Amino acid sequence: MANMSPKKNPMPEQEPLVRNKNFDEVAKGYTKEMAMDEAARCLNCKAKPCVSGCPVNVRIPEFIAQVAEGNFEEAYKIIKSTNSLPAVCGRVCPQENQCEGQCVRGKKEGSEGVGIGRLERFVADWYMENGKDEIVAPKSNGHKVAVIGSGPAGLTCAGDLAKEGYEVTIFETLHTAGGVLVYGIPEFRLPKAIVAREIDNLKAMGVKVETNMVVGRTISVDEIFAQGFEAIFIGSGAGLPQFLHIPGENMLGVYSANEYLTRINLMKAYKEEYDTPIAKSKAVAVVGGGNVAMDAARCAKRLGAEKVYIVYRRSIDELPARAEEVHHAMEEEIDFRLLNNPVEIHGDENGRVCAIECVEMELGEPDASGRRRPIEKVGSNFKLDVDTVIIAIGTSPNPLIKSTTEGLETNKKGCIVADEAGATSRPGVFAGGDAVTGAATVIKAMGAGKTAAASIKEYLANK
Amino acid sequence: MYQIVKKRRLNDIETLMEIKAPAVAAKAKAGQFIMFRLDEFGERVPLTIAGYDREKGTVTIIFQHMGRSTKMLAEVAEGDYIADFVGPMGKPTNMEGVNKVMIVGGGVGCAIGYPVAKEMHEKGIEVEMIAGFKNKDLVILEDEMKAATDKLYLMTDDGSYGEKGFVTAKLQEVLESGAKYDAVYAIGPPIMMKFTCATTKPFGVKTIVSLNPIMVDATGMCGGCRVTVGGETKFACVDGPEFDGHQVDFDELMRRNAFYKPDEAKANEHICHLTGGVRRG
Repeated sequence: MANMSPKKNPMPEQEPLVRNKNFDEVAKGYTKEMAMDEAARCLNCKAKPCVSGCPVNVRIPEFIAQVAEGNFEEAYKIIKSTNSLPAVCGRVCPQENQCEGQCVRGKKEGSEGVGIGRLERFVADWYMENGKDEIVAPKSNGHKVAVIGSGPAGLTCAGDLAKEGYEVTIFETLHTAGGVLVYGIPEFRLPKAIVAREIDNLKAMGVKVETNMVVGRTISVDEIFAQGFEAIFIGSGAGLPQFLHIPGENMLGVYSANEYLTRINLMKAYKEEYDTPIAKSKAVAVVGGGNVAMDAARCAKRLGAEKVYIVYRRSIDELPARAEEVHHAMEEEIDFRLLNNPVEIHGDENGRVCAIECVEMELGEPDASGRRRPIEKVGSNFKLDVDTVIIAIGTSPNPLIKSTTEGLETNKKGCIVADEAGATSRPGVFAGGDAVTGAATVIKAMGAGKTAAASIKEYLANK
Repeated sequence: MYQIVKKRRLNDIETLMEIKAPAVAAKAKAGQFIMFRLDEFGERVPLTIAGYDREKGTVTIIFQHMGRSTKMLAEVAEGDYIADFVGPMGKPTNMEGVNKVMIVGGGVGCAIGYPVAKEMHEKGIEVEMIAGFKNKDLVILEDEMKAATDKLYLMTDDGSYGEKGFVTAKLQEVLESGAKYDAVYAIGPPIMMKFTCATTKPFGVKTIVSLNPIMVDATGMCGGCRVTVGGETKFACVDGPEFDGHQVDFDELMRRNAFYKPDEAKANEHICHLTGGVRRG
């Protein structure tokens, strides 16, 4: 008998005013009982719109049916058959625009789709605790494949290939593998132990991870081929921060979100025992409205800032962040200054940030992105007193690989040009994720990694 | 893990280390830098490459025990390991189209100027160098610099060795005497590079400086190393580290480099009673 409750089982969470002072995970996860109750909301409908809403086509109704029966191990196997990082996706996917957004249970006004993300997370976490299967490295098929970048695209591609006996080596620039999962997304949203565990699992399957290898500096794409790799997947992400190009942007106390988050997440600036320095801010303005902006704002709050603003030039309806992140940020007393656009950063006599000057905006006609274009209200300038400004207005792909790889085509935004199968202009070189699309989501990058893995198999079979 | 295969204390404030890092050594060129991280708790710190041996697979660094991380690095023993050593980062020194150069090194900057001099000298470029130190005790690489240059002016601030005076005074004198260079390379503390650029400007000599701002990843990801060059923001890690010195906003660079100084001063209060070095916690 289906559970006809119009709403999802609520997620147990740390209290907002407690959690905004620590870096522990915000959402605590469903209990067994909650998971089984939520699973009973799935109607197991024929159309399965949720599956087509998922970039890696997780067999959603099938795994949910197993959860409803309490067969969590079986549920895990079903998820894992198409999704190599379920514990990650269950936490960071924008489900409202994907699987859950398509769910028939959410079609009626005021009702919510099945909590697919929460169930996925529950199953993955349950398996980490209780799973019994030992990972066995499959027998090598003799093909060597290199993966550049250990973010979601690279990990997925590596996992899919390793499963079938390809000898995969991941080349990672930083000292820790995980890409944006370790340097970008904060601990309170995605515990780093979970990422480390996924990477350990890949290693158990035979994947080699070489950290401190900067492709384009330490080694080139051509040298990787010369080492005997037959195909290369580039999943190097979109790591180059964009700035506003307004006066005062090089003042002391202005960070790119990348720098701020890397200091905190990768370099653990929030932990006493780490040497990483970070500004001890009192008042912070985060410019931007995406997930990265939310993460930066919530980190700033946790580091002790009394006042944290999100400064965004459009309205709440256009905020690109996941709904849950916006909701969490608001609960944590982040102050949203919507329809405000920064025009200048002011500093004191020592060049330290003391204020950000903004202008009010109003929304006009829709622009090329389909969102209503923000227009400046002339003369509406005002200042917010802050000592730190974090710029979170987006990133673009790093040009390092492009500039050192002959014949690798990129577009005018610096993105690597790849076809639907992930093939680039260079034979044997495939690419996917943010390096191709520009900054997008973890799950889209995973989808691209998956597609590329399939293309690489085909390429090597026909070679 | 990366082994320190050789360690030599050069003087009270500077140490030379050869680190086993074959992948870095294979690619290293003069003008580039590496990032090191001591251990799990350490910062990522940039250091310009002072030399490399492709056959032995080692990279040489010479560093001043200045910040918390370099002070702790100086305490690591020969034969021991550090967690991370990655590179070579940045663009190599551009030596195209130059036939005669003047390299101006200040203090530990001479350790970075030296490989540039050496590589140029080997290419047949005429190399002169002004190497400046505070005093005799702090003079490093004298023989090496002599061997890598056609003419070496060794200066000390107090006159305890070589000629007395700042590098800028000697540079002024040489330029006034009518010597012509295709380029001057200035490498040292920002204040010394700033004044070197001020010295060369009236003579219209192209002046290249090597910048070493605060950075995290050194691949263009953090943007912490941004410097203003000719009114434009550049990332020292990928666009540099070498820039046209006459275009660099040194005052901004010096301000930005001092951003975390107050915090670090506090952290350095933890002095180890056994070694006298800084320690954690």
